[in-house]
Amino acid sequence: MAEKKMVDVFSDIERETAMTANPAGYAVTELGARDERIVTLAADMSNTVAEFIAKFPERYIECGIAETNSVSLAAGLASAGLIPYIYSMSPFGMLKTCEQWRTDVDYNHLPVRLVGRLSGVAMGYFGTSHYAVEDIAIARTMNNTVVLSPADAASCVSLMMSTADLEVPVYIRIAEGVGKVYDEAPAYEYGKWPRLRSGGDVTLIGHGMGTGLAAAAAEALYEHDSIEADVFDAAYLRPYDEAALLASAQKTGRVLTIEEHSVVGGLGTIVAETVARAGLVVRLDQVALPDKDLEVGVPAELYEYYGLTPSNVAAKARNLVRR
Amino acid sequence: MPADTTLERGRPLTGAELLHRADWIRLQTVDLIAQAGLGHYSSTFSAAELVATLYYRALRLRPGEPHWPDRDRFLLGKGHVATGLWPVLADLGYYPRDWLKQFGKVGSPLNDHPNMKLAPGIDFSSGSLGHNLSVGAGMALAARLTGRDYRTFVLTGDGELQEGQVWEAAMAASHYKLGNLVAIVDANGFSGAGPTSAAMNIEPLGKRFEAFGWTVREIDGHDAPTLLKTFDELPDPGSHEPVAVIARTRKGHGVDFMEKQPQAWHLGLLNAEQYADVVAEISARMELANG
Repeated sequence: MAEKKMVDVFSDIERETAMTANPAGYAVTELGARDERIVTLAADMSNTVAEFIAKFPERYIECGIAETNSVSLAAGLASAGLIPYIYSMSPFGMLKTCEQWRTDVDYNHLPVRLVGRLSGVAMGYFGTSHYAVEDIAIARTMNNTVVLSPADAASCVSLMMSTADLEVPVYIRIAEGVGKVYDEAPAYEYGKWPRLRSGGDVTLIGHGMGTGLAAAAAEALYEHDSIEADVFDAAYLRPYDEAALLASAQKTGRVLTIEEHSVVGGLGTIVAETVARAGLVVRLDQVALPDKDLEVGVPAELYEYYGLTPSNVAAKARNLVRR
Repeated sequence: MPADTTLERGRPLTGAELLHRADWIRLQTVDLIAQAGLGHYSSTFSAAELVATLYYRALRLRPGEPHWPDRDRFLLGKGHVATGLWPVLADLGYYPRDWLKQFGKVGSPLNDHPNMKLAPGIDFSSGSLGHNLSVGAGMALAARLTGRDYRTFVLTGDGELQEGQVWEAAMAASHYKLGNLVAIVDANGFSGAGPTSAAMNIEPLGKRFEAFGWTVREIDGHDAPTLLKTFDELPDPGSHEPVAVIARTRKGHGVDFMEKQPQAWHLGLLNAEQYADVVAEISARMELANG
């Protein structure tokens, strides 16, 4: 992952199968074979659903470079009984269209799915116009939307399969900078966080690429410092696993969140709000992107620059434990 | 009426009856706004004949089964004129007339802008201008994908056409050859703050829609024979060009002092004397028509 170059974000290099190359595209093709009501839409992003289009050409709706229209159009399709999956770039999905999503999809409880590829800083040196580091902060305030952030390819497929029958809107935020976390993807339960590891010294919670970082850091903490971490995959950000969070926070007294998202409004905020409401006294810290103008570069260097690395996660966890 | 009773397209309605219905909508609107304390008079009045034509003539409906898959859809893009729609839906039996008494109160399913989750007969929520033509295009596309022959009508304001999303939808509708989609523009010439084209020119509307690949019918939106003919003779839903009915209307039509000062009555509340004058003017016209 660390040596990934810009070109790798758009290619299948080092990837083995259709499933790992484009898990969200693979999953919707599998789902489409089971359910005729499923249609896909994209605004000049048809490459993300090439497999679906090859199998079900009449069920793909190209929207041209008109993202706002794609969301309202999908709401119309859903109101007539179809199940639309919109494939977008996160900055132009949840961010550009958030009012259409709120007013047409969320408020009307329609089963539209927005798959946000290239989230966080995955677009790297394209520049900050192409970043989506505020999308979870926005999506999680929507009344009826389920917000998901898969940890890797296998978990993406598992999450998409397990949410296919939800009769509510779903936002699936795809991180591109993920390594393999699961040999076999967990069967996700609605609103629950799978536990990757048990420990009593510190709680590490990640989503998207943050999950893999948490798992790798926990390994290092145990091997080098004998620190035992509770590690969770916060794939569900709305609803989220309040019970698991509070039980673990109470046990360890220290919680570190890891996410490729702004420090404002994402998982770090969810955790802080939740422990404060519960009246727990807990030491908190975040590995996330700062609340200021972000640098531009290839993703691997940006992750290094902003500390989205196992070594920085481990260092912050160590500080929490020793403080 | 039994739940599966279908009101077919082209129901009997004379021109005089259409105008009478439109005036009845105006009277009902005045009462609903009086009850709520504030409302959109003049833009509801410009659309009254259009709403009457649709609901008493053109739309295929099943009020006892609001989600009937083959119903024609109607989307009120200019959602702020819902006061003109609520009495019509009650009259057709979508909900009891008693519901109107709760209009404007907390917990009422009927709001100033329509909510599809609350009010039976509302095919889609509106209020945020510029969205509904996209949504309607989605419904029309869904009809194609599921092999149904319903039509989707979207009533937009002319000011609403300043929203860029409308033209994204216009492009998509012609690209997908949605002859089952009908946009009706209530071209009353005014938006909230003044004359529409003084704020941002939207003319020539007909040519603009034609350039986007639409079939255009430009009509007098208050003339009963024209309205009946236009909606009776819409191209078949299976045809390949979406249809824009550009209805030239007068904001505040039907009440003399509002038509003279349409902008003043975009949003407001009649005082007791004005209320009496408005009711008298409209009622006199309705009685004359009856007589």
